[in-house]
Amino acid sequence: MLPARFELHRPDSLATALALLDEYGEDASPYAGGTELLIAMKARVVRFAHIIDIKRIAELRGIVARDDGGLSIGALCSHHELANDPIVRKHAPAYARLSANIANIRVRVAGTLGGNLCFAEPHADPPALLCALGAEVCLAGSRGMRKLPLQDFILGELSTVRTDQELLVRIEVPGQPEGARAAYRAFGHLERPAAGVAAVAKPEGKGYAWRFFAGSMCGRPTALTLLEDAMAGQPPAEALESLERTAQAAVEHIETYDDLRGSADYKRHLVTVLALRSARAALGLEERVA
Amino acid sequence: MKTGIPTLDIAFVLNGVRVSATVEPRELLIDVLREKFELSGTKRSCDIGVCGACTVLIDGLPASSCSMIAADVDGREVLTIEGLGTPQGLDPIQQAFVAHGALQCGFCTPGMVLAVKGLLALNASPTEDEIRHFLRGNLCRCTGYVKIIEAVVDLAQRKHLG
Ligand code: FES
Ligand code: FES
Repeated sequence: MLPARFELHRPDSLATALALLDEYGEDASPYAGGTELLIAMKARVVRFAHIIDIKRIAELRGIVARDDGGLSIGALCSHHELANDPIVRKHAPAYARLSANIANIRVRVAGTLGGNLCFAEPHADPPALLCALGAEVCLAGSRGMRKLPLQDFILGELSTVRTDQELLVRIEVPGQPEGARAAYRAFGHLERPAAGVAAVAKPEGKGYAWRFFAGSMCGRPTALTLLEDAMAGQPPAEALESLERTAQAAVEHIETYDDLRGSADYKRHLVTVLALRSARAALGLEERVA
Repeated sequence: MKTGIPTLDIAFVLNGVRVSATVEPRELLIDVLREKFELSGTKRSCDIGVCGACTVLIDGLPASSCSMIAADVDGREVLTIEGLGTPQGLDPIQQAFVAHGALQCGFCTPGMVLAVKGLLALNASPTEDEIRHFLRGNLCRCTGYVKIIEAVVDLAQRKHLG
């Protein structure tokens, strides 16, 4: 089906785009890859009188290595670019791999990281790993910029703190300490993940300090703090045993619900399996298909 | 001339030829290709970006023409199945599909062939796993995929051998 009629604006600078957003407010939507927005507009679930195509804005492009070893990612970077970019592959190989497995090649080529985060569809891969890596997002408005942790940016299903007058400009992924490791593992029958778990391990004690985030469970990525506490500082083999012992309890109370991609029980079960897989993958251990 | 409905003029390269069109912002690429340019080789099935029947190449990379507006190809290069080979001289990918019996009803085939072209441009000698991964978003309800994969493996090995 065709979307309802709209006026198309194609600004080529950030300032012009922000002026348009100021002018049209909630009647306008920024538009980049369209992999989610256009589908929703075609289904007439959403309707905007003004579409602001931001793809010509150079300020929103590019992937830069930060001084601290992290990454600064322009909001317009596509998943395909992120999967293949040498800087991402070097500094955040787990994230490059995640990008290479999103949906299908056409979605990866058109879909942008900024769009994915702003649309805030819960069944998405990027947010869990980016939260575990401590990523921050930079929002620009005509009155200035603000920067906040991704974890605080996503409010819930299809909802973020971005106002109608703001654009997401960059995603900042801080450098990880020497010896840190990360992995993301997901599972689903359809194009979107039913569940995904990101694990980041930073050297501490005889092992690592762990960060785990489960994605796709509810509106925002969920920290699996029980696992993190149980495994902290333990030698890897012991940490994995702790994980297996604690996983059930760790998922019991996380917020989730039955949906097209599985029942709540099923998704909780997936998180126990995927937590182990992502932890093992982070440690560079051979993946045991549970 | 149309009445009061905003339109824009776009210019792009379609199957190697410079073309232009006047479109409404909401017009989808698939409709412009099929209706305005009468290129009906591009097929519509799911209409939501998941099946790949409508795959075209834009600047060499696969795109769902059902889920993008025509305005987005302004200034770019579009390749549809009509731009690949001729009835007398099939493209090697088309030839491999025929040789391996990689099609039955043929509805998925234009998109599938273009996806393969996109793959081989990025990676001239993909492994079977890489082929399966790349073609994951192109659905075929007839062949069971085995013969499609065989055709592409064959192409990949040939490229590999030069
Ligand atoms: S018709 Fe476009 S992807 Fe299915
Ligand atoms: S040959 Fe019929 S859908 Fe593929």
